[in-house]
Amino acid sequence: MRKASRLSRFNIASLALGLAFLYLPILILVIYSFNASRLVTVWGGWSLRWYHEFFADRAMIEASWMSLRVAVASATIATLIGTLAAVALSRGERFRGRTLFSGMLYAPLVMPEVITGLSLLLLFVALNAERGFWTVTIAHTTLTMCFVAVVVQSRLGSLDRSLEEAAMDLGCAPVRAFLSVTLPLIAPAIVAGWMLAFTLSLDDLVIASFTTGPGSATLPIRIYSEVRLGVKPEINAICTLVIALIAVVIVIASLASKLSSSQGESAAPL
Amino acid sequence: MSARRIFARPARFAAIAPYVWMVLFFLVPFGFVLKISLSQTAIAQPPYEPVFDLTAGWTAIRSAFAALSIDNFRLIASDDLYVFAYLRSLTVAVTATVLLLVIGYPIAYGMARLPKRWQAVAMVLVIVPFWTSFLIRIYAWINILQHDGLLNQILLALHLVSQPVVWLSTDTAMYIGIVYSYLPFMILPLYATLAKMEPALEEAASDLGAPPWQVFWLVTFPLSLPGVGAGVLLCFIPVVGEFVIPDLLAGSNSLMIGQTLWLEFFTNKDWPVASAAAIVLLVVLLAPLLLYERLQRRQLEEQ
Repeated sequence: MRKASRLSRFNIASLALGLAFLYLPILILVIYSFNASRLVTVWGGWSLRWYHEFFADRAMIEASWMSLRVAVASATIATLIGTLAAVALSRGERFRGRTLFSGMLYAPLVMPEVITGLSLLLLFVALNAERGFWTVTIAHTTLTMCFVAVVVQSRLGSLDRSLEEAAMDLGCAPVRAFLSVTLPLIAPAIVAGWMLAFTLSLDDLVIASFTTGPGSATLPIRIYSEVRLGVKPEINAICTLVIALIAVVIVIASLASKLSSSQGESAAPL
Repeated sequence: MSARRIFARPARFAAIAPYVWMVLFFLVPFGFVLKISLSQTAIAQPPYEPVFDLTAGWTAIRSAFAALSIDNFRLIASDDLYVFAYLRSLTVAVTATVLLLVIGYPIAYGMARLPKRWQAVAMVLVIVPFWTSFLIRIYAWINILQHDGLLNQILLALHLVSQPVVWLSTDTAMYIGIVYSYLPFMILPLYATLAKMEPALEEAASDLGAPPWQVFWLVTFPLSLPGVGAGVLLCFIPVVGEFVIPDLLAGSNSLMIGQTLWLEFFTNKDWPVASAAAIVLLVVLLAPLLLYERLQRRQLEEQ
């Protein structure tokens, strides 16, 4: 017999406090971005002043554009390669170098960013590559494809394999069976993977700082150098815009994963 | 041959592109870090010697090899600045991980006890902040913690303090920032194991007369250990090398190793020493990294 309610008062309190802790700081930031006063902490009425200031700031706009391009390019490449990696890991059975392969895919998920950034920069310097858009894109792809691989692999793992096997018993070639049976089923996870890669790239400061060249700063690099000098209301406005963009991305991704998680969430996609 | 085996063959070919990519952009770069960590600092571009020049012929390469030295590692081992930075990184990471576990566990536990329908909502609510920018979340706290920030205003208004408290540039601010940023990483693996747990086990224990704390300590907690392990590793490893949070929120009198490495690289332009610091950091983290990799692989392949 199941007891009527398993939720104790302690459970409810810890959930409420936890969520408040996670959301209040962001909420406060968004509210202050509409503050008319130059002093960040004094409320001077509602205003869009800092948004105007942001759109007049050429350097910030350029950095935002750079970040967006890098995020789209790296997320796309990462999704392609990351999905291939997930397929190989969950359907490839045993192959030579499999342990090294999975090790290389899982390590960057937790590897301190200073190490990843430094090592990639040293590679680019050794190759004499011109640092800028492409080096940052490659660096972000390397990091984010691992996240894509984990998200897609977790979906492939929970998929009923008899579906693709049935297609093959009926005379489908393996590649055909994958493209027409497996791929549509994992498509939502692939979309979610792209979104995750996109936001991770948009967010990254450390790896971008190492791998970019002079004159091509990304948005987090600009924000960081401003924040080091102190709090500016304009930064609140930029942050709010980024949050709004990411919110749109999350809505799309969660719709996609709602389609994907018909069998319930196993393994959080982190 | 079974359909599964036939399917596996082309699936293995899918590994080629990601394999090549990761070897080229993940594995090979570590070779460069290792090599440069053994080189001498030079005022040049790139700022280190010797540079391997494959076109210069065999003798040049051999002399380049001969010029490699472990001086940078000797410097790191003998310089208090580095020793303290490593020790501080480990202390901060251990403290932060314990804080995260203590704060994250009740939240994950509460989530796991919600009705099924609400569990999915709660999970999305915990993941969403992870998607909003890391830097923005730290910045949000600077807003709150600064001298005339919201926290001090509230404390003054409630007459809890008579003067504004200094929050920024303190370890307290740094720990708030770390806990805030890494909380989802701790909650999600904990929640994943707690949600799978059979409620009958806890009920049986309490039916047999165990008080709630004993039910928790003797039944729930031991069963959730895999989640605890995953959450601890997921937080501990990146926090050791954390740069942004201590840089923006903590004081500048004692640095973590991520900051030292950054400083050595960007300000002092001493690439060899920065590389050596990265190698040492990697060695320190090797055991937890391998453990994490095994956990992750087992979790994904057992489904």
